[in-house]
Amino acid sequence: MIKGNLSVNHLLGIKYLNYSDINLIFKTTDYFKEVINRPIKKVPSLRDLTIANLFFENSTRTKISFELAQKRLSADVINFSADQSSINKGENLVDTVKNILAMKVDMIVLRHPAPGAAIYLSKKINSCIVNAGDGTHEHPTQALLDAYSLIEKFGELTNKKILILGDILHSRVALSNILLLNKLGAQVKLCGPKTLIPKDIETLGVSYEINLNKGLKWCDAINVLRIQSERMNQRYFPSLREYSNLYGLNELKLKELNKKLVILHPGPINRGVEISSSIADSSQSVILDQVQNGVAIRMAITYLLASKLLI
Amino acid sequence: MSSKIILNSNQLNILINRLVCQLIENHNDFTNTVLIGLQPRGVYFLNRIISLLKNKYNCKNINYGLLDITFFRDDFRRHNKPLNPNISDMNVKIESKSVVLIDDVLYTGRSIRAALTAIETYGRPKFIELLILIDRRFSRELPIHPNYTGVKVDSIQNDRVTVNWKDKESEDSVYLINI
Repeated sequence: MIKGNLSVNHLLGIKYLNYSDINLIFKTTDYFKEVINRPIKKVPSLRDLTIANLFFENSTRTKISFELAQKRLSADVINFSADQSSINKGENLVDTVKNILAMKVDMIVLRHPAPGAAIYLSKKINSCIVNAGDGTHEHPTQALLDAYSLIEKFGELTNKKILILGDILHSRVALSNILLLNKLGAQVKLCGPKTLIPKDIETLGVSYEINLNKGLKWCDAINVLRIQSERMNQRYFPSLREYSNLYGLNELKLKELNKKLVILHPGPINRGVEISSSIADSSQSVILDQVQNGVAIRMAITYLLASKLLI
Repeated sequence: MSSKIILNSNQLNILINRLVCQLIENHNDFTNTVLIGLQPRGVYFLNRIISLLKNKYNCKNINYGLLDITFFRDDFRRHNKPLNPNISDMNVKIESKSVVLIDDVLYTGRSIRAALTAIETYGRPKFIELLILIDRRFSRELPIHPNYTGVKVDSIQNDRVTVNWKDKESEDSVYLINI
């Protein structure tokens, strides 16, 4: 049994969590993972709480995962999509959220295209905020489920070598992963076209490798990120075909290694671009484990944050 | 703070033997019975019962599990102290089985109420019984009554009953502590 409570009242980003928080979240996730494998996968803990999922950006996995986690905890859930809301009539974020909170909502899960949106909101309103992705800034629940999936494979992450491959520049998953893996003692290396690597990234305590084959030889696990075309306002590489040839993970590149890497992907997958179908569906891939762990991680975070909302 | 011993090691041993004999009387060979220890303290009591059943009374096929009730408690968000869960190890089928819930102390009955809800997430037992070492009678807040009771104790709200187990606290004993 692990005792204690989170040091934070919101989940805004990995940078706000300390080592004890992360441990507490992982330990609580263990318990919830057992719960979601029972014949009846529901507990009544949050039966008197209402949670609003405010998604100002498209999402499949994260939205379903949060909603399922909340429902497994017996919370009442409201789903909000920006494209069907008064945002189109000119209402700003704070007013929208204040109106929702006036209906006695207890917790807000926010996905927003603007980096820092969750932090901004937490300063303007008096409610618990969970960041479900803010632009190119952070995606803390994704990083937590990635690290949890790696710990399931490796036991612990101290000195484990993790390669993050792809579009680092536009990826909130990459930043949250870097921050979390560093806190857990792993070594992190980034790989991808130089145009997709942020300047001064070394200041975050990571290294960079331009050659994927060298990166694969170095690492124990690889987190493959997709090309985020929707965030690109210019061309960062000549063509998807060239990107795929140089940085796409396929059987040929893995064949030369004398080890079995653990392969992660936060989804959605562009098969044949950043990863081949045969690798995505192989026994090395933990992609579907990540999805299952995502529900348990989000249950743990929701439960732990809710425990601070005293009646 | 004052404390009074309710049971010493010898008395506790006699009492657990009696409870085990009552279980054997009602459950025969235990094939269709599942013993469930409630986390955290009921598990020590469960282990003692299993050990006696196997080693002293030669009962085989003892099915058992460990159940954590944290997520089913009715006091979540009602005090500053966080409710930290324990592991549930329920690698056992309870559907249509006779289930015996085992805990060390029965006080308000709220833990048992939570356990009755929690156990149903694993299936629908044929029936559920309750085996308790110490029954703090006149303290019940819910209509819960044990089927097997070690000893009944009269206590007030400021009292605490502490059960010590040799494998955990280096002695077998039960104390009534006035805080």
